Formats: sequence, C-alpha cells, structure tokens
Amino acid sequence: MTTSPTIFMQGVSKRYGDAYVVHDVDLSVAPGECVAVVGHNGAGKSTLVKMALGLLTPTAGRVTLLGENPAGRQAMAFRRRIGFLPENVAFSPAMTGREVLRFYARLKQVPLGVADQLLERVGLVAASRRRVGTYSKGMRQRLGLAQALLGEPRVLFLDEPTTGLDIESRQMFYDVMAELRDAGATLLLSSHALSDIEQADRVAIMKAGRMVACGALPELRRLADLPLRIRVHVTDGNAAREFTARRTVQWLDDLRFEFTCADDGKVEAIRSVSLLEGVSDIEVMSPTLVDLCDELTREAAE
Amino acid sequence: MNAIATIAGREIRDGLRNRWALGAVLLMAGLALTLAFLGSAPTGVVGASPLDVTVVSLSSLTIFLVPLIALLLSHDAIVGERDRGTLLLLLSYPLSRWQVLFGKFLGHLSILTVATVLGYGAAGVALALAAGEFDADSLASFARMVGSSVLLGAVFLALGYLISATVRERATAAGLAIGIWLVLVLLYDMALLGLLVADQGRTISAAAFNWLLLLDPADIFRLLNLAGLSKTSLFAGMAGLAEQMQFGRAVLLAALGAWVAVPLAFAAFVFSRKEP
Repeated sequence: MTTSPTIFMQGVSKRYGDAYVVHDVDLSVAPGECVAVVGHNGAGKSTLVKMALGLLTPTAGRVTLLGENPAGRQAMAFRRRIGFLPENVAFSPAMTGREVLRFYARLKQVPLGVADQLLERVGLVAASRRRVGTYSKGMRQRLGLAQALLGEPRVLFLDEPTTGLDIESRQMFYDVMAELRDAGATLLLSSHALSDIEQADRVAIMKAGRMVACGALPELRRLADLPLRIRVHVTDGNAAREFTARRTVQWLDDLRFEFTCADDGKVEAIRSVSLLEGVSDIEVMSPTLVDLCDELTREAAE
Repeated sequence: MNAIATIAGREIRDGLRNRWALGAVLLMAGLALTLAFLGSAPTGVVGASPLDVTVVSLSSLTIFLVPLIALLLSHDAIVGERDRGTLLLLLSYPLSRWQVLFGKFLGHLSILTVATVLGYGAAGVALALAAGEFDADSLASFARMVGSSVLLGAVFLALGYLISATVRERATAAGLAIGIWLVLVLLYDMALLGLLVADQGRTISAAAFNWLLLLDPADIFRLLNLAGLSKTSLFAGMAGLAEQMQFGRAVLLAALGAWVAVPLAFAAFVFSRKEP
C-alpha cells in the first residue's frame, strides 16, 4: 500500500461570476484518516465535498481521489467503493425504504441481501415497507447513511451527517463511523457540531471559502491560544474579597464569579482558588468550537 | 447496461405508484372508445370499414394527446430531481449521465407504449366485437397507427428531456413544455396554412411544402397515417396532399426517428455539461 493521499486538493478554487465559493484550498487526507471540515453556513464546505467527489469541476487547482481525477472516466470504476451522504439527503417519496436501498444497491452492483442487512444496521427494518414520504428527518438520514455504506466503501463523504438528529441516532452514526475507521476507510465529514469533530483526527476550519486552519483539535487549541474561563462558586460573598482584589474577575451574581487564565496557568490558578475560604465549587470551561473558529479566523485575517 | 435497466425500472415503478400509468391508460382508452363508436356510426352510408374510420379519428386524437402525455412525463425528469435533491446523490453513483437519461427515456417510453397499446387496443377489440371481421389492410393501418403514435410519443419525450436538462426551474420547464406543445401541435400548422394562403402558390412549390411538413413531427405523423392510404386519406380530407407527396413511408419514419435522436442527443450533451 502506498502512502499517497486518498483525497488530494491543491490550490482548488470554485468561482461563480465574481464570487469565490472556495478559494485556493489545499487539503490532503491520508488513507484511513478522518478529517472534519467545519465552518459557518456558506463557508464552502459542501462545495469542497462536491469537488472532491467530481460532481463539480473546480475553476482552478487540482483534485485527485484515490490518485485519479474524480470526474474522469477511470473514476467510474472506483465509484462503487465510494460512499456519499449529501446534506439534506432526499429520496423518491413514493418508494419504500427497502425499494430505495435496493435501487441503490443495484446501481452499485451490491447483492440485495446486503441492502437488507444495512436496513437492520441503521434500525429501519420496522419502517422498511413504508413510503419514504412518511419518514421523519432522522429516518431519512439513517436511510442516507445506509446507502452510503453499500459496497463496503473505502472513502466516505458525509456532508453534515448529524444535523437534526436526536442523541440516539447520533450515537448510532458515531458507532458506524468508528467501525468504518477500524476497517481502514477514509472519512471526510463536514459539520458544525462539536461532538462530530471529536471523532476526527484532524479539523479543517473554513471561512468564506478559505481554509483558515487545519490540524488536530488540541493543536488548534494551542494555536488559537484562547484563555480558559474558571467559574468559582462561594458560600459567602465576602470570603473571596482578598482574591478578587488581586485579580480581574467578573461577578455573575453575589455568589459566583469568573476569571480567565492562560492554558499553562490553569493548575496554578485552580490551586490558588481552592485554598480560599468558603469556595463551594470550581468549574473549568475550555473554549468552545465556536470560540476557536472565530479566533483562528480572526488571526488568519490579520 | 445494467444501470440503464435499473433506472428504467425505477421510472416504471414510480409511474405505476403515482397512478400516472393508470391515468394515461384510462384516458386513452376512454377517448379512443368514444371516438371509435361515435365515428363508426355513419360508415354504413360510405361503405367503409369502421376500423379505417377509427384509424383516422384516433390519429387526430394521438396528435393532441400523446405529445401532451409525453411532455408531462418528461419535462420534470431532470429539473425535478435536481429540485428535490435526489440528482446529486444519483450522480455520485457509478453510472454516467447519458445512462441516467437513457434509462429514464426507456422507462417513460414503456409507460407510454403500454398506455397506447392498451388504450387503442381496447378500442380496436371493442370495434371487432361490435362489427365482426376486418380485412388485413385495415388491421395493418391500425397497427401502423398505434406504432407511429408511440414513435410520436418518443419524439416529445426527447423534447421534454431537452427542456428538463436545460432550465433551472421546474416552472420554466412546465411553461416551455406547454409552449412546445402549442407550437408543434397547433400553431405550426396554422402558420403554414396562413403562409400558403398569402403566397397563393407563387413561391412555395409542392416540394418545398413537403419539406416544411417534415419540420413538425405532428405533421410527419399525419402524413404517415392519413395520407399514406388512399382509403383513409379520402376520409381524412388529405387526398389532395397525398397526390403530391414525394416522400415514401421509409423517409417519413426516418424523419420521425431523427426527431427522437437529435433532441435526445442534445439533452444528453446539455445534461453532461450542467453542474448538478
């Protein structure tokens, strides 16, 4: 097995008129890796995924999938081993779930028995003979996942896979993703849910078509160097006066205050707070994904 | 090839499930039976076979109805899938766009063929039960009429896909489909007639006129069925035209075939260029 990247993009741009939807993006996903692309709506995540699949032709730059042009003739051969779950997946409403999955199985030349097994895997057996038009959003999404899993895919593209799902469905998605990774599949997912991103080896942050940062989550945290917030509960408002006089703190109400500290000053800060009289609780709050994205975007702009 | 059959199968199933196919069969059978029995009433006087008269009246029905059904089936084929969001996923599968288009064409053509054969066949069978034996000539022209009706349907399916592949909005596709139907089924003939009256035979020769007729698939169908036989052309009031007809049946069929192939090829070309 070579170590050439499964998904490779170099200087990729997509322009409609004067507007760049994706601007000069480099991305390389190694075999077996899971990369999450995050960003606000309209940041260019879906466009990036469509270009990697060969559904859109980039205005500039080079894209390869498994070493080939994804829109080329050779791509037909390996499309059978590629799974794609589009954003807001839709199916013919008049067909039943079972018919839909069998239809896609035929197109991928997968035995129909596999389709029935996948229905069971995503928990749709009971609803498999109902029309897709009657399905809830979560059920459609499960059916979408099932079709993406047909043919034991080597590469999976999941575009906002867990948007609008309840916790149980979400957990099912994560279980399936973990299984796929154990089987050596490569995953590219786009999302804005933090819990999705925790499944990924690397996170790529996009803003207005540009990739502002890409790396493992702890690495990005270090890069952004965002302060932690420590929230302290006290039993008596006067108890911590001495401490609050020394540091800048923000009182939330009579019995709670917050202060910030750098990541490497965390232990020292907690120690000094915990020694105070009348402290009943200490909460340490890491910066959220939104904070992180905004900070990295701001840094990239400067 | 397997992929084309799979797409065609889905279209047929969709057509059955949406009661589309059923509606088309009932509509065609209902109108065909009505025309057959209303039309065959006065034949005793003329002494013609009732089947010949039915061929003439059903041909006129085909010209209006079959293009309409075909366009209704096909105008939404691509733009509708794009709109619903099912096209993107389909195109990520291991099949090319011309296979998607051709599969849909085969599926829709099957629905149309079944509707025509069942609908018109019902009229034929009913007439046979009522009037007894038919001669072989009349049967042949009836069969030709059914066959060319399907071919005319294929023309308008292809035109519908061309519309569907080109436009961005479903409403635009529907509007254009109605426009094409109006122009090719009604307005072109009127314009041609107006032209002939205004021209008074000074510049437009009979040969040129025949060529002008080939520019409208509905007119080719008319020539095939109404001017083809001396017996039917007499009833259809097209005897004068038939005398001056320079094209044989093979040429007319080829022209109708070209009316299927060219728009279908264009539709495939436009579809392959379009971003999903």
